[in-house]
Amino acid sequence: MEMNYRAENRQLTISLAGELDHHAARGLMESIDRCIEQNLPVKTILDMGGLTFMDSSGIAVVLRARRRMEALAGSLVVVNIPRQAARVLETAGLGRYVNLI
Amino acid sequence: MTRTTNYITFEFLSRSANEGFARGAVACFAAQLDPTLEELGDIKTAVSEAVTNAIVHAYPDTLGKIVVKAKILEGNILEVTVRDWGKGIADVEQARKPLYTTGGEERSGMGFTIMESFMDKLTVRSAEGKGTRVTMRRRILPRPASK
Repeated sequence: MEMNYRAENRQLTISLAGELDHHAARGLMESIDRCIEQNLPVKTILDMGGLTFMDSSGIAVVLRARRRMEALAGSLVVVNIPRQAARVLETAGLGRYVNLI
Repeated sequence: MTRTTNYITFEFLSRSANEGFARGAVACFAAQLDPTLEELGDIKTAVSEAVTNAIVHAYPDTLGKIVVKAKILEGNILEVTVRDWGKGIADVEQARKPLYTTGGEERSGMGFTIMESFMDKLTVRSAEGKGTRVTMRRRILPRPASK
């Protein structure tokens, strides 16, 4: 699991690559928390384009990032969702809570 | 009783580092049924959920044994069983409900819902203090080009 980020004009783009499962999720959540705390973005874009696998651990990661952004009165958008990860997010009905593009 | 034409069995310690291995091994075995990428993705996801449940819930404060058995049954059916000897589930019906979790913030409570949605059949047998056996079946649709 790999995470990279870019911060510009209070917009934070976090790019994920590799396999997002329970093993990877805990470390990833902490990294995303730190990244948001350091950059205090108004908008965070979670780019899933590099994910080769995601299970329901990804749901918890997205919901936690959304809570962190809500606490800053900011927004979260999830983009470039691969087909397999999209099926997981759709099954959870996550589109009701998070902007999935 | 449906006839088994092939099977694999493997055992591992309930460390989260083994989650990737478990779903990968089942996916490699399932490949002989000539699944589509989407079918293979569904199988990997369901296996990942079952194995993660065993790691997180069966052995919360200890490490224990998990055994995965994958079978090919007549009719192009893959059957996967994930078995643990951990603490068991007190109320299976409640555990299968969407969003129910005892796993804290890093779990979403969607594991069983995903297993049910991504596979054709899901059976959960559990006894407190004895362990849990999750069995899932998925029929792989024969493709016109395959023999």
